[in-house]
Amino acid sequence: MDEYIVFMRLDLITKDAQPSPEQLQVYMQQYQDWVGGIAAQNKFAGGKGLSTEGKVITFNDVVTDGPFVELKESIAGFIIIKAESLEEATEMARACPILKGEGNSVEVRMITTVHPQA
Amino acid sequence: MTTLIPHLFRTEYRKIVSVLCRRFGFREIETAEDIVSDTFLTAAQSWGIEGAPPNPAGWLYEVAKNKARNYLHRQSILNDKILPEMLGWESKFDENEIDLSPVNINDSQLQMMFAVCHPAISAESQIALSLRILCGFGIEEIADAFQLSKDTINKRLLRAKEKLREANIPIEMPDTGEISARLEPVLTTIYLLFNEGYYSVSKNKVLRKDLCLEAMRLCTMLIENAQTNEPQVNALLSLMCFHASRFEARLNGEGALVIYEEQDTDLWNTDLVSKGGYFLRCAAGGKTLSRYHLEAAIAYWHTVKTEGSEKWENILQCYNQLLQLHYSPAAALSRTYAFSKVHGKEAAIREAEKLGLTGNHFYHLLLGELSFPADPLNGQEHFKKALALAKTETEKHAILRKLRQNNLPK
Repeated sequence: MDEYIVFMRLDLITKDAQPSPEQLQVYMQQYQDWVGGIAAQNKFAGGKGLSTEGKVITFNDVVTDGPFVELKESIAGFIIIKAESLEEATEMARACPILKGEGNSVEVRMITTVHPQA
Repeated sequence: MTTLIPHLFRTEYRKIVSVLCRRFGFREIETAEDIVSDTFLTAAQSWGIEGAPPNPAGWLYEVAKNKARNYLHRQSILNDKILPEMLGWESKFDENEIDLSPVNINDSQLQMMFAVCHPAISAESQIALSLRILCGFGIEEIADAFQLSKDTINKRLLRAKEKLREANIPIEMPDTGEISARLEPVLTTIYLLFNEGYYSVSKNKVLRKDLCLEAMRLCTMLIENAQTNEPQVNALLSLMCFHASRFEARLNGEGALVIYEEQDTDLWNTDLVSKGGYFLRCAAGGKTLSRYHLEAAIAYWHTVKTEGSEKWENILQCYNQLLQLHYSPAAALSRTYAFSKVHGKEAAIREAEKLGLTGNHFYHLLLGELSFPADPLNGQEHFKKALALAKTETEKHAILRKLRQNNLPK
């Protein structure tokens, strides 16, 4: 079983694109139901949500505000899942509820460690 | 008499062992165990003839004290008179009274909890040793709890004691900075002990309740000590209070299980429910959200008598988080049940089929349940698989009842 990281990308900045507190609560329940379903298969290996504040640093030490390169591509968070294959991981990621929003995307990548581990 | 001695073994063995062990040091743990076992043997012989004394625990303490005193006396002769002459050793034993006062029993047991749950030994050995030394479990019961042979458990216990001796673990409280990490295996053990009573296949209701109360008592000891009074400890006690509140309702007169939906809610113990609420509030401090917090919240929602979307939505969300923190097949199945209450049976069947638990009879029981009324044939198939996989008579009995209720042939 390998580990795959699922990046969730959506527009965190544009005012009109942001949910109301009531909507947000519904979205969070849907999100937790999705993650809970993966965890119930014992295939959840960790995850984090990210603050909407951030900096982007590019070539020549150019530092800009914002947690994005492109608005639609700001990473809202990620989870790490366990799967037998990229196909299986993709199947799990397809059920991610943020995909109900137009323009949102998730990216699935196998984790291949190049760093020493404890 | 047939139940008194096993009962006392369970409650008193660990107390006396803890006190003796603290007095002798961990190196002498087997001596401490032998003295206490020997005390119980004397009790069995003497009470069998003369009947039990008016204060059986006090009687055991006196006899254990005498046996310990004799042992120390022989040791001191060896150490003071014989070995110094032979090897030039200093005396290491003094013959002070063995202190079996409630305060010293309490302190010794707390310190013993931490010594036994020292990181020097593996978690599984910690739990086995805790069940033996802190809870007075028989080897057979521990083997049963782990689903391993008695031989394996005996070896594991021996190795664990050897490790503790090698590491020269003092019987004392851990440093303040270490408490949280060191509490983890202690809490696991307490919870296992509680579950042993709560979910045991034994029909001996009194003994089962006793086990649950013992676990709650150990947890209370940790709460009463300022150093160990951490949020997750309160959460665990809260959880156990909520569960225990249904103790009377979930077992019928014959000691058989009454499922949640069929329980007489008038039998739920409101006193324990409010205690659970109290300790859950005490657990709210601090930053950690432990599995015990989530399990206590789930147990709390189960004490709410009004069925409704709020209740099951909350239970589902707690299970979602619990599984991210701590996976177990039982939690995965319970989560799927809660999912069906919120999102309907059809969606829940799809969730269930992903669980990969086809060898688990509770899995088939759940799928059987979810298949009614839409697909009774499929439901029947699952109940039959559950019946074939069920391990105990109690479980088989409950499944047969299900089949009868749904008018299905066996």
